[in-house]
Amino acid sequence: MAKGEIVLGCLAPHPPHVVYAENPEQNEAFAEGGWETLRWGYNRLARKLKSIDYDAMVIFTPHWQTYIGTHFLGLPKFKSKSVDPVFPNLFRFNYDISVDVELAEKMCEVAGESGIVTKMMRNPDFRIDYGTITSCHMLNPEWDKPLVTISSNRNAHYYSPEVMNEQASALGEACARAVEESGKKVVLISSHSLSHRHFVTESPLPEDMSREHIYNHSQYVWDMKLVELMRGGKMREVIDIMPEFTEQTIAETEAGGLTWMMAAMGYPEYPAEIYGYQSVIGTGNLIAAWDPIEATREIVL
Amino acid sequence: MSSPEILFGIYCPPHPQPLLSPEASEGYGRLRDAFETCRKRIEDSEADLILVYSTTWPSIIGHQIQSHPEPEWVHVDDDFHYLGSMPYKFKMDTEFAEKFRESAESRGLQSRTVSYDGFPIDTGSIVALKLLNPDNKIPACIVSSNMYANRAETIVLGKSARDAIGTQGRKAVVVVVSSLSNRMFTEHIDPAEDRIHSAKDDEWNKKILEFFGEGRLEDLSQLSREIHGQIRVQKVVAYKPAWWMSATMGQHNNYTGEVLAYEALHGSGGAVVVLTPSEGSVGDKEFDEDDVEHYHGDRGVLDTGAL
Repeated sequence: MAKGEIVLGCLAPHPPHVVYAENPEQNEAFAEGGWETLRWGYNRLARKLKSIDYDAMVIFTPHWQTYIGTHFLGLPKFKSKSVDPVFPNLFRFNYDISVDVELAEKMCEVAGESGIVTKMMRNPDFRIDYGTITSCHMLNPEWDKPLVTISSNRNAHYYSPEVMNEQASALGEACARAVEESGKKVVLISSHSLSHRHFVTESPLPEDMSREHIYNHSQYVWDMKLVELMRGGKMREVIDIMPEFTEQTIAETEAGGLTWMMAAMGYPEYPAEIYGYQSVIGTGNLIAAWDPIEATREIVL
Repeated sequence: MSSPEILFGIYCPPHPQPLLSPEASEGYGRLRDAFETCRKRIEDSEADLILVYSTTWPSIIGHQIQSHPEPEWVHVDDDFHYLGSMPYKFKMDTEFAEKFRESAESRGLQSRTVSYDGFPIDTGSIVALKLLNPDNKIPACIVSSNMYANRAETIVLGKSARDAIGTQGRKAVVVVVSSLSNRMFTEHIDPAEDRIHSAKDDEWNKKILEFFGEGRLEDLSQLSREIHGQIRVQKVVAYKPAWWMSATMGQHNNYTGEVLAYEALHGSGGAVVVLTPSEGSVGDKEFDEDDVEHYHGDRGVLDTGAL
């Protein structure tokens, strides 16, 4: 069996607003649009994914929060409705997803062998979080690839962002070994915003773009610093400053997603593809991808 | 507006073990028994409203209030999914929910009711309502805990709840769903060997329960920042339940306090406490933090401090 490989890594923020604005038939709410910079960036990255041969998407989500280890979805099908507890007015999504249980079990096994506390989630009533659904829908609206969803163990809450970085790195390295042993081609997805301070009010029409801006300039400057490093192929440096970035901007990187993905991909020294940056209810959201194959790597923006 | 009639308050833990696996340890069983005692107290009272403030329902857009008349779903906990599913169907007091929202807004808070099929009611609210009100004999209302809210906003939210109870002439039982110390073990454990995560957490929990037992709710409210720093995992900006509970129940120490159970829940501190308004008070304290009646939002120090 040939070695498996990671064929692309995606930073894919999950504000439910982008699904809301797309008006897919699965979502009950209706929008007049909004957040086009993000949505069009997502649309372009989704087109790139169509040109790539892969077997499964592996997503690390901040909205399945676990404190007792790292958990993996462990049943082949989940069909239900996901309602965002924070923005239920925007996101009530009827989903029908397939899971690559074999790959999930492999990751769980290898992570466990690495000393990471793990658990397979096999309760059929379990509801898929809106982070998983938003990122995966925007990257693959046809939903024709199986997923592996990995919970986010909240080390930053219990210990510190430094411990989070260490633990997420170990998990990333374990997942990379599991991918190799599986013989599969996978796309990794780190589902989160960068800076993550929200406005606590919402405009009467949520998609009123005249009201949308970053929470404050400090958040913006930090976000742009990360974008600059990503463009420069300095992902080791990004992960090194991750604890400070996370604390300074209340960043959603606290869940460990970007660290996990970069560790799994060996801290790329090549430029990230930048697909778009836009604020959503004050948070900073970047869509980016890391393509290991130089021939297909693009300068998108 | 008539004076709000709050029959008693209950402080109880959000973890699902007392509901799903009370037999797994003696401690979980004792917590379940304490919930059962509270259920009987509620049934024997003249309560016509159970008002729940849940620390496991975080919100961002202000304060959300459940107003679906009969929310129904099968819930599964993120961590404890292997303990089983939690099917529920509750009866909500939609009229009260709207009045609560109005009251909150009139005090300057951002607030909205939520009424959507399939809305994910949180583990803590489900555990509390299924154990305290299993047959939906009394309509309920659930309010979220805004993740950015701090003392002033939370106290005003409590006062808003008090306004609404008084305006509507309800006889309410106030339920706060929260752990004491909230650090769980980060590994899977044998429930029979469950214990409080550390001696320090245990000692602080017992000090808090000493205050509860003496009916000193407002004193606990004043100690919230210290409690947050000492025994709360820093998931949110502050330990808010005592602020909200005290503000809702009248900001005083005049209660008969009963600690019905105190046990470990995967390392965190779980207690079932009943506070019944009574005569007399413990202490005659002066506190140095402002009481606050109306929420004016962030003060914008960055703007006002700019040259």
